[in-house]
Amino acid sequence: MTKTLRQQLTEGLWSDNPGLVQLLGLCPLLAVTTTFANGLGLGLATLFVLTASNALVSATRSLLSAEIRVPVYVLIIASLVTAVELTFEAWFPAMDRSLGIFIPLIVTNCAIVARAEVFASRNPVGPSIVDGFAMGLGFALLLTGIGAFRELVGHGTLFADLGMLAGLDGSAGLRLFDGGFLLALLPPGAFFCLALAVAAKNALDLRSRRAHGLRRANPEPR
Amino acid sequence: MNRIGKSGLTLAGIAVVCTAIVALTYELTAERIAENRQAHAEALLASALGDISYDGSLTDRQVTLTPPHGLPGDDAADIYRADLNGRPVAVLFAVTAMDGYAGPIRLLIGVRADGRLSGVRVVSHDETPGLGDRIESRRSDWIYQFDGRSLADPVPTAWAIRADGGDFDQITGASVSSRAVLKAVRDTLLYFADNRDTILGTGETLTAADDEDS
Repeated sequence: MTKTLRQQLTEGLWSDNPGLVQLLGLCPLLAVTTTFANGLGLGLATLFVLTASNALVSATRSLLSAEIRVPVYVLIIASLVTAVELTFEAWFPAMDRSLGIFIPLIVTNCAIVARAEVFASRNPVGPSIVDGFAMGLGFALLLTGIGAFRELVGHGTLFADLGMLAGLDGSAGLRLFDGGFLLALLPPGAFFCLALAVAAKNALDLRSRRAHGLRRANPEPR
Repeated sequence: MNRIGKSGLTLAGIAVVCTAIVALTYELTAERIAENRQAHAEALLASALGDISYDGSLTDRQVTLTPPHGLPGDDAADIYRADLNGRPVAVLFAVTAMDGYAGPIRLLIGVRADGRLSGVRVVSHDETPGLGDRIESRRSDWIYQFDGRSLADPVPTAWAIRADGGDFDQITGASVSSRAVLKAVRDTLLYFADNRDTILGTGETLTAADDEDS
């Protein structure tokens, strides 16, 4: 079964999105998405690890017997995450302090092991890289989106501390209104926001399926 | 070769490759990471020095005193001296106020050479969120009231919070935290007044004092 590039991207970003549909990697998703900058930072780190781990797993797949497959995934993912963590600490120190333990915890993001097992271990390197990138992008966009929403509702700002991604220290960002609804920043707020995002996706899917169904049903002669 | 042996060798080979990836990244980043940590530590220290400018690095002129040292706190206290053009301009004390409401409060206290405070900052604490945590500079302006004060301003008997008849505001609902910080600041100033010459002396005397104490 081969998929086109377009199909792979659609799956990663929408129909099989690791966060919205598979509900994988919820721990970082719920914990760090208090600002746009945090969501984007962790999203990019996860995107890189997912793409690189898919590439390495796929490249070594012919060598791997069943009993050492999982240990090899763990080795590959852990080394990549350590490399990413060191890179963040060296070039984006403020971002590293802001994300704290959640950079090393990318190791435990089950979305990454899931893609290694489900896709990369059964497909050639090229499609595996595309799959890792598409899934990673879907996850990163969700993190960034929820981060932006929670920051806006909770703080009344957008893009605060975005300079951290350029290796600078904090910046004020856009202040749209004062105060804010604190609940959005607390852990329950994270669940509410995720639930809203999942519900919105399902509603859009339902609507497009209905529209699609009608269009197809109408021209049929009775 | 049997199956187990082959799998074992494959696993070992991949482990070597993965270790090489981590080792290479470490080699490329180690220096920058050390510089970043140093810069961060320095920036934190400098925050208690206000607008005082100084030469070189504070951590180069650091002295650690082991208890009993006469400063607030039961554990080791650090002293950093800020020099400008070879003359000491200020001293930073990293001390611990033991009598916080929920545990020790770690403080950085900057004292100018003339005995006035350049600034006080809370490094870490376990005080109540929303009440006692207002001792932090990013939660309220309370800690700034110490800037520029000295043992002569106000007089020693007025070095207390208003609830105790002194001259300093307390944080509403957190008088224990306020009292603990104030007491540590006052005791540090008293220590500085008693040991001013040793602390502000040349680098050699500072090192000698360190050797005596450790």
